[in-house]
Amino acid sequence: MLQWLPENVSTFGQSVDSLFYAIYYLTLVVFILVMGTLIVFLIKYRHQEGKRAHYIEGSTTVEIVWTAATTVIVFGLAMLSYPQWNNIKSPTQFPENPDVVVQVSGKQFNWDMTYPGPDNEFGTDDDLELENELHVPINAVVHIRLTSVDVIHSFFVPQLRLKQDSLPNRFINVWFEATKAGRYEIPCAELCGFGHSGMLGYLNVHTQENYNAWVQERWPQ
Amino acid sequence: MHDNEHASHHHEESFIRKYIFSLDHKMIGKQFLIYGLIMFFVGGGLALLFRWQLAYPERPLPIIGASQQYMDEGEVVTGADRMWENIYESEKEEWLEVNMPNGVVEPAFYNMLFTMHATIMVFFVVVPILVGTFGNFLIPLMIGTRDMAFPILNMLSFWLAVLAAIIMAIGFFVPGGHAAAGWTGYAPLSADPQWTGVEWGQNLWAISLLIQGFSSLVGSINYITTIINMRAPGMTFFRLPLVIWSLFIVAILLLLAFPVLSSALALLIFDRLAGTTFFSATAEGGGDPLLWQHLFWFFGHPEVYILILPGMGIASELIAVFSRKPIFGYRSMVYAMIAIAFLGWIVWGHHMFQSGMRPGLGSVFMTTTMLIAVPSAIKTFNWLGTMFRGSIKFTTPMLHGIAFVSMFVIGGLSGIYMANTPVDIFIHDTYYIVAHIHYVVFGGSLFAIFGGIVFWFPKMYGRYMNDVLSKIHFWLTFVAFNCTFFPMHILGVGGHMRRISNPMQYEFLQGFEGMNIFITMSAFTLGFAQLILVFNFFWSIYRGKVAEQNPWQVTTLEWEAPTPVPHGNFGQIPTVYRGPYEYSVPGEENDWIPQAQPEHAPATSGD
Repeated sequence: MLQWLPENVSTFGQSVDSLFYAIYYLTLVVFILVMGTLIVFLIKYRHQEGKRAHYIEGSTTVEIVWTAATTVIVFGLAMLSYPQWNNIKSPTQFPENPDVVVQVSGKQFNWDMTYPGPDNEFGTDDDLELENELHVPINAVVHIRLTSVDVIHSFFVPQLRLKQDSLPNRFINVWFEATKAGRYEIPCAELCGFGHSGMLGYLNVHTQENYNAWVQERWPQ
Repeated sequence: MHDNEHASHHHEESFIRKYIFSLDHKMIGKQFLIYGLIMFFVGGGLALLFRWQLAYPERPLPIIGASQQYMDEGEVVTGADRMWENIYESEKEEWLEVNMPNGVVEPAFYNMLFTMHATIMVFFVVVPILVGTFGNFLIPLMIGTRDMAFPILNMLSFWLAVLAAIIMAIGFFVPGGHAAAGWTGYAPLSADPQWTGVEWGQNLWAISLLIQGFSSLVGSINYITTIINMRAPGMTFFRLPLVIWSLFIVAILLLLAFPVLSSALALLIFDRLAGTTFFSATAEGGGDPLLWQHLFWFFGHPEVYILILPGMGIASELIAVFSRKPIFGYRSMVYAMIAIAFLGWIVWGHHMFQSGMRPGLGSVFMTTTMLIAVPSAIKTFNWLGTMFRGSIKFTTPMLHGIAFVSMFVIGGLSGIYMANTPVDIFIHDTYYIVAHIHYVVFGGSLFAIFGGIVFWFPKMYGRYMNDVLSKIHFWLTFVAFNCTFFPMHILGVGGHMRRISNPMQYEFLQGFEGMNIFITMSAFTLGFAQLILVFNFFWSIYRGKVAEQNPWQVTTLEWEAPTPVPHGNFGQIPTVYRGPYEYSVPGEENDWIPQAQPEHAPATSGD
């Protein structure tokens, strides 16, 4: 089933996919065992003339075993997930000194991208605003200041395994590092009104060379 | 306790007293059932409309939609074209023209469709049937009493629900359309008309749910009081059937959870009508959109368990009865339900992993959410344990019970993916979530409801439902259900967002067109299969085979009452001597011993 996952092009995407696969195989095994048992029971213990059910009220030992086993498995899974989650979402764990910082603002029904320009400060004259087009270099740490001007939107890049709601009057930081050049879609994943379907931006991951050329073109020196 | 007078001396009631403003718990239960079935068709119809749009985006709906020629060149070809021609020529703005010009679902209308589909299914179908019908009908009968503690409150509960449904229905026809901010009504989208263009629709949505909240509140007080105070002699708490335990726990959840939604709705109404800014994000307002999410999900997660726990209770009854065995680990089943209900209060944040809530909190909520797997696993294993070495009879109710268990397993396992914070980053707000909720609430609750209807129908109406039709309905539903909702997992893995009206606008979703068409066809099959149920239901009320008093040979008290059950339920209140699942006791002649049968007495004596 997981072959339907879009191609992963971010550095942390692999950790999301690994957990996805781990849970997939875990649940698949549990599913097959439970359904297999169910089907065997349904066939073996079907009603037959002259045969009576056995009076069994339960078994404390068995209850303790499956309670403990389930607890251990789910805690183990949680343990595996904490560091990955923090790595992706906790601002304190982000790679420092980003190569690119961009502000992305959701607005019914567009993504407004703001580059701080060469001075690296927002709100100055050399800021660059682009509608629905985000340009970043490959293999570079990108920090995004995510916000919104009206309702809640959600910044989703399937290939980056990145999704984060954007809230009005609040700045949420996310980061990524893309590992493959290309043009990727940025749909809005949170219902934001009648234009929600089709609210779509693009992430352009350039080779370093092309990115430099793009910067040169935008901020000629 | 032994007052025969109440039962035998009651006078003939007028039509209105008996069928409309009834105080009898059984009639109120049946009223909730009819109410739920009607709303089931409304909610299902809305779903079919948006399924059409998802499979064939921007194509006119067959029958009422205009032909391609008419859309391209304005040439009238079919009868539908003529209808559209007339609609456009008329001066006033017709409802259809606004929402479905030429028979094509408009994006704003699409948002309204899925919002109302979920609202109706959750608040007007599953809760009224599970809690309203089975709660009302079963509680007095199964604990051995003559009626609910507060019959007038009980009647009030039903008529408040009717009022809520009427207000909800009016919302479809007000200017601006009905609520279109999702059933979760996230602010600020829901809090300010300027973002959606929806004016009174959203207000009526909130007012209707407020009233539905009062209805639930009144009902839950009644259930709790009745179960605590009015159990028959000998009916200790640990002799209660599991379905009663589940309804008892659910009543407590309703009592505590619904007021949270009600207060959130009240704040929303203030924001919309009185200019307050509880959920608005403006710097001077001091409100916060995330407040809505916290309040909504603090209610919403217990609500999810309100939707599934009675299903678990019903499935437990069906599996024990038709395996002819005691429930495996009765007490651990009770404790597992209590654990689920308790954990339900501390997991709401798992709906908000990507909301901007502090990431550290995400880890906490992941842990509590994962813990729910433990009581859920206990219940599943205990159902399997109940079938182990049983004598399983594949009656229609049992088929539904088995379907419940297997669908609940899928719904439970798929929940682990989204409980896991890193994986949730990808599948949050995709069809994976849609698949999960439908496996739990349709695959779980609705199969339990169908099974429960067929199982208790003989006690409700004194007749059997037609078994051939019931079986056809079961198999069609089971197959079509899985064909509809299983592929949604795959859509979710592909990143297909929920709540988008046209997936073909996205390049990365181009490969899913065929799957969307398949899902829609299955959904229509699923919808038509439900017509069989409704036909069978109403036909059997009048024409079904007459049922005896205890056709399935069940131990619990509701089958001690005569069929049809008279006003006051029992001639003499039964005394309870044992637990509810005494099946296949060694050394006994019959493979079942009624709860009301005294020790060492012949099986025929009921009191």
